[in-house]
Amino acid sequence: MKPIILMVLIFALSAGAQAQRIVVGSKRFTESYVLGEIAKTTLQNAGFAAEVRPGMGGTIILWQALQGGEITLYPEYTGTIAEEILKTKPPLGTDQMSALLRQRGVGMTGELGFNNTYALVMRRDRAAKLGLHKISDLRDHPDLNVGVTHEFLDRQDGWAPLSTRYGLRMQNVRGIDHALGYAALANGSIDLKDAYSTDARIAENDLVVLDDDLHFFPQYQAVFLYRLDMDSRAVTALEKLVGTLDEPRMRLLNSEAERTKDYASAAALYFGQKPVSRSDDFIGKIGGWTLRHLELVGASLFLGIIAGIPLGIRASRPGPVSNFILATSGMIQTIPSLALLALLVPLPFFGISPVTAIFALFLYSLLPIVRNTATGLQDIPTAVRDSAAALGLEPRAQLWKVFLPLTSRTILAGVKTSAIINVGTATLAALIGVGGLGEPIISGLNLNDYKTILEGAIPAALLALLVQSFFDGLDRIFVPKGLRLKQ
Amino acid sequence: MARVGGTSGQFALTFVDALSKMIKLSSVSKTFGTIAALHETNLDVSAGKTTVLIGPSGCGKSTILRLIIGLLEPTTGTIEIDGDRVSPANILRVRRRIGYVIQEGGLFAHLTASQNVLLMAKHLKEPVERMETRLLELCELTHFPESALQRYPVELSGGQRQRVSLMRALMLKPSVLLLDEPFGALDPMVRARLQDELKEIFKHLQQTIVMVTHDMAEAGFFADCIVLLNEGRIVQSGTLNDLRTKPATEFVREFLRAQRAVEAI
Repeated sequence: MKPIILMVLIFALSAGAQAQRIVVGSKRFTESYVLGEIAKTTLQNAGFAAEVRPGMGGTIILWQALQGGEITLYPEYTGTIAEEILKTKPPLGTDQMSALLRQRGVGMTGELGFNNTYALVMRRDRAAKLGLHKISDLRDHPDLNVGVTHEFLDRQDGWAPLSTRYGLRMQNVRGIDHALGYAALANGSIDLKDAYSTDARIAENDLVVLDDDLHFFPQYQAVFLYRLDMDSRAVTALEKLVGTLDEPRMRLLNSEAERTKDYASAAALYFGQKPVSRSDDFIGKIGGWTLRHLELVGASLFLGIIAGIPLGIRASRPGPVSNFILATSGMIQTIPSLALLALLVPLPFFGISPVTAIFALFLYSLLPIVRNTATGLQDIPTAVRDSAAALGLEPRAQLWKVFLPLTSRTILAGVKTSAIINVGTATLAALIGVGGLGEPIISGLNLNDYKTILEGAIPAALLALLVQSFFDGLDRIFVPKGLRLKQ
Repeated sequence: MARVGGTSGQFALTFVDALSKMIKLSSVSKTFGTIAALHETNLDVSAGKTTVLIGPSGCGKSTILRLIIGLLEPTTGTIEIDGDRVSPANILRVRRRIGYVIQEGGLFAHLTASQNVLLMAKHLKEPVERMETRLLELCELTHFPESALQRYPVELSGGQRQRVSLMRALMLKPSVLLLDEPFGALDPMVRARLQDELKEIFKHLQQTIVMVTHDMAEAGFFADCIVLLNEGRIVQSGTLNDLRTKPATEFVREFLRAQRAVEAI
């Protein structure tokens, strides 16, 4: 168990060092990425060492990261603050909101100048054909296919209260990723989705916004939320952004970000600079992601091996403890990786850090190793088992000198399976801003840019192949020759 | 049958008894759940003699061997080996004084022939020189080619594997050798040759041997004493001639008749 403590310590120390810097978080959609970059540049211009953790997740993850101190600030919207964070029913004034946040150790800047409220959008041709102009028109079309983001599906100002207010009885409603939703809308898989009013894709995809005729959606004024322990000069620098971004300007920046596939260059546009060209160091960039990816896979697999093999040995003996070990490691496997990350982030010691990703990957790597070790040991023929005991070897010596070497091939196969699964699953680490090859995949998914997706997906696939052949090589070292010979 | 006593007056008797009775089962039984594999049984195995346990499948003959080497614990009764009562506390020591050969050989596939033979000696950190000498001695005794010592079990023939298994059992010069159907997996030609050789080896060793078989010809060939079992009980023990001329029950007669020789067909 010592190495685990050591690793946690190392990460705790490195996280401590980063706390001296200002860390800007952002949510997983274009506008939040751009606002994050704008905040970073503003703070850097004011002389702070600032960095961005882009696309960390949804409101809950960002809010928890802010409270936990993994990030110092992030862009948020007043409507979201009221509905999701403070969970208040009656509409709040800015001062009330600010005071309530202050009680939670969080400060709020003034409004940046644009209202990015929710909107329901449709393809222009489809809306025209059905004669739909406003949300209340939907009452007569309960058979339309609705695909809204998972967050909107569950929000207090989301789909369910909206339906109640407008008396909608839509029958086909499902949750779909925001970026994928535009593709679904374009090919007609869905008729209606939620969008943000400053979303550049409304114009790009020739969509129409249905009029919120009952004024259901609250105001979503953009602000920055920051920790009260942030340097007051940093607050002053951020307050200079207040009122400088109106809706057309924000839409322009969003559109620029999606066109160039580069958030930093869109942010540069805000500062009136020429858009910085995208980093040309293609190899270095992919190399960096790959290296981080290997770190995540390597560390989690190492922990998986040192915990999984002893658990497998214990689980090879019949009894309730073994059933518990096998059932638990199996159950972990059924938790979707995104859900597991979301469950771990609020826990102490975890948060938005590589430790969380490594721990989640470690949990996923357990099942193949535990199960293969247990099954391999159980499959040792009785004749061999009896012979080892009859020689007069102590149980420990039987295990080390006979049973484990005989099971080495099966155990190694389990380790190999875990390694390959981890190479795939580690792409999700990017969701909590830890990096790795998931970073281009997720930002590519956001930008609807297949080239960027492939920049992550192809190295990840190659890495899986490489890991496979690496372990085939290990077979020669760890599997005794007598087991590799053919009869 | 003299019981081992605890008082000094019986010392001489005890000493003689310990010499002549290498293995002693007193009221030993073994049940698995509700099924009795062995009913209460008393059995003395004479030192330096070959005793063969025989009987149909499931009669309890292998159970007795597994009880002696402590792979099973008796449900009732006690087992003594060379005067020591077998218990969980001394089982490792007892096992190291017993050689055990089973049907499929039970060789460890990840070790070469010589590694299989030397595993336990190395574990006990015996002097290398003595181990080497003993290994060559055993090769000669079992007619195992020295050139094949570096081969793995998959590279050996069935007969060679049984020879390695026998060498492994004899490595630490055990006082008792247990063999559980040692020829069971061999084809008839190899089997006949190995039987001849094994008999020579036994004669040479002058050792206490307990062998399990279901073949009466094999039993007659090896045994100083045959113990015939049926349904978890000893039916009769004695020489082949005793069983033939004075069968204790109808079962003994039937069992002998069932083992017809080729010449009689």
